[in-house]
Formats: sequence, structure tokens, C-alpha cells
Amino acid sequence: MSAENQTPPVLEARALGKTLGGNRVLDAVSLSLPKGCVKVLIGPSGAGKSTLLQCLNFLIPPDSGTILLEGREVNGKSRRELCTLRQNVGMIFQDFNLFDHLSALENVRVALMKVKGMSKLDAGELALAELARVGLQDKAALYPASLSGGQKQRVAIARALAMDPKVMLLDEPTSALDPELIGEVLAVIRDLAQNGMTMIVATHQISFSASLADEFLFMEKGRVIESGSPAELLRRDSGSRTLAFCAKISELSGEGGEAEVLAPECRV
Amino acid sequence: MSSTYFEFLRAELVPGLMDGLWTSIVVIVPSALLGALIGVVAGVLRVYGPRPVRRLTEGYVSLFRGTPLVVQVFFWYFALPYISIGGHSIVLDAIPASILAFGLCSGAYQSEYIRGGLNSIKRGQIRAALALGMTTRQAVQSVVLPQAFRRALPGCGNEVIYLIKYSSLASIITVNELTGTATTIAKNSWRNIEVFCTLGVYYLALVTLATWLLHLAEDAMSVPGFERHRS
Repeated sequence: MSAENQTPPVLEARALGKTLGGNRVLDAVSLSLPKGCVKVLIGPSGAGKSTLLQCLNFLIPPDSGTILLEGREVNGKSRRELCTLRQNVGMIFQDFNLFDHLSALENVRVALMKVKGMSKLDAGELALAELARVGLQDKAALYPASLSGGQKQRVAIARALAMDPKVMLLDEPTSALDPELIGEVLAVIRDLAQNGMTMIVATHQISFSASLADEFLFMEKGRVIESGSPAELLRRDSGSRTLAFCAKISELSGEGGEAEVLAPECRV
Repeated sequence: MSSTYFEFLRAELVPGLMDGLWTSIVVIVPSALLGALIGVVAGVLRVYGPRPVRRLTEGYVSLFRGTPLVVQVFFWYFALPYISIGGHSIVLDAIPASILAFGLCSGAYQSEYIRGGLNSIKRGQIRAALALGMTTRQAVQSVVLPQAFRRALPGCGNEVIYLIKYSSLASIITVNELTGTATTIAKNSWRNIEVFCTLGVYYLALVTLATWLLHLAEDAMSVPGFERHRS
């Protein structure tokens, strides 16, 4: 992955800062996402991962710093520029946030009609295709109340993909799921990555993300304190904060010694 | 005084109350629609409006919930003509004055139900809508309001049922609706008990009809997750 080629990164953040309720939640965080690159945010809760992701599409407007979409600075005050940014930046939330009064198909269709101005027919066709892509074409008529957590998250992914984004932000996409449902969502995410989608993922699924990520970013207290390839950071003798953190969470989640297992044979 | 109740009912009460019933409906239906419209607008502004607008709508609600409806009805009918702005003053007939009074009062209560409904929808859905590129207005219109309205409907229906009954207050500003007509018949016939008990049955019938219509509306808007729970 040569990041230093001519084309600017799809999405870039420069020195983002955010203070919420007197706490410095983001402290001069910079990152850049070249096309096709997958970056993974890890770190303890409260580190600012979620705030960072939401600052990237101005759901939380940053206090300072700049966001660049394909090399052009985004003016967060301009409603039109915000809409353009958000159409190009898909977002997946921890708790799915499906529209509860709309069927799976309507969930995917509604923004196509309202934002992209597509006709109901065209939007419906595209929505069905996107649902098929996440394996849910037969669930198109079901409402969120009748879907499992994993299915809801896949509908949410289809909904974001339908807008044809250039980059996806995934905010702990599997954290609210029962363990047996995580796999189906991870499979969709893996599929996306393998098809070259540019992504930044906040997650605690270390071994999964190690197999996908080009770069790990370890966040703590609003700063990115370590970054590097998963293989580098998770090497047993690396002495990194990342390794210590991963060892700790795999202990807690009962995956006993995961960090040790994945360290030597980390596929990147 | 010699006729039996049924003769009295057939000869005087039913024909008299029929006119009153029509007038009641002429007052109730526009008031309910006006109240619902005001309620939705005020409810949305109270949750999503800018601070000054929020204050203003809160002031409206406390004023109209905090004063007796009789006072409000008197105000629109008797006091409004005395208020002149630039030499112009507004004089309302009894029926428009009642509709305005009931609509404004009902709207104040409706806005509370709508506000509750809006607040019950998780903020995350708005964030998701915004993240897809919708404007705040689109998000509220096509994501939040349809859900909030379903949640608020039982409460709003309750308010409509109240409205049917407090529409009887229009009689004190000379509107000859059900209660006004019944009072006149009672005065002329001296058969108070029979007249007012019959009047009660008319209101009961109106409320039953309204309840049935509201249930139809709830069923029509029912989707999984927003069902009407039958007991």
C-alpha cells in the first residue's frame, strides 16, 4: 500500500480536537485513509474512538482541525458540503439505528429517495440489490422488530452501501450483538474489505481485525498513541501498549491467550 | 307534562338534538383538526426548535393549559373585539370563536403527547439519518415524526375524546350545539332529568364513534414494533 502516490487520501483528518463537558475527548488527532485502506481503531472505552468517527462526518462537529474529502477541505458550516460529505462517508453504528417504522427494504430505500432524489422504483430496485449483497433479500419486507441483531446490522450496512460511499466508518459494529450473531456481520465486513472498500473500524474484535487491517491505531485519552501494522504491534516481543491491551481483553472475553495465538501467524 | 318519555323523545327531544348534534360536529371536527395541527407543530418546535422558539411554544402551552377553558372561550368571543391593533379589531362569531378556543387549548395538550412521542424515539435514528446525508428537517419528517405519531396516537385520541365533551362549553357563548339545545328544551319543557340523561347518551355515542375511528387509525398505522396492544 503506497500511501504517497499522487491521488490524495479519500478521507483525511488533521489535528482534530474536541472538548466535551470539560474533557479533552480528542487531542490533535490526525489520520489519513488512502483508497482501499482499512484502518482499525482500538483502545479502552472512553478513549475517544467513537467521538473521532463521529467527528469525521460532523455528527459531532470538531472544535478544531480540518477534515478533507479527497483532498478538499470540508466546510462544516455549509449544509450542502455536509450533505455531500455524509453521502460519501457511510457510517455503521454499534446499535444499528435502523428506522423502526420502516421495513428492511424501506430502510435502505428512504435515503435514496430523499437524499439522492431517486424514483421509488429505482430506489427500490437498488435497495433490493444491496440487501441481496448482505444476504437478506428474503427479509426485505420484514420490520426491524422482526429481525435479529445480526440481520439488523446487515440491513444497516446495506443502507449505508446503497448511498455508494467512498469510505465507511464502522463504530463497534458487533459490540451489541450476541456472540453467535457476530460471525455473519464480520463476514459482510470482510467481504467489503476484500472488495477494496476504504474503511475505518473501531472494534474489540482483535483477531478478526488483525486479519483485515492495514494499520492499527491505538487510542487512549483522546490521542492516537501507537500506530502500525497489526503484525508489528502484536508481535510478542513488541512491548506495545496495543499488545498489552489486546492480551487483557482476550483474557476478559475468555478467548484465552488470543494475542499469543495470533501474534506469530498474523495474516496481513 | 302528560306525554310519556318516549313520546317526548320522538316529538321534541330527538328533532331538537339532531340540529344540536350537527352543530356540535361542526365545532368538534375543525377544532380537533386544528388542535392536532397546532399540537404537531408546537410539539416539534418544543423538541427541535431553536431556543427562543422553544421558549415561546412552552409559554403558549403553559398559558393555555394553565387557564380555565371557560375564560379562554369568553376571551375569544367577548374580549377579542376590544383589542384593536392599528384601528383594526377582530370580531368572531360564536362558532369560529369556539373553534379557535378549543383548537388552541387542544393543541396545547396535543403538543405534550407529541413531545413525549418525539422524545421516546432514540436519538441514534436521527444520527443515522443525518449520516446518510439527510437534513435535520428530512430526518424529523421522514424518520422521527412517523414513529412519534404512532407512539403519541393513544394520548392524542384521549385528548380528542376530552374535546368532544368540553365542546359543550360552546353553549355558554350562545352556540346551539348539543348542550345548548338541550338546555333550551329543558327550560321550555321542565323535564330536566329526561333531557340531560338523553344528552349524556348522545355524548356517549359520539365518544364511542370517535374511539372506534381512533382504533381504525391505530390499526391502519400499525407495523411490527408499533402494534396496538389489545387487552
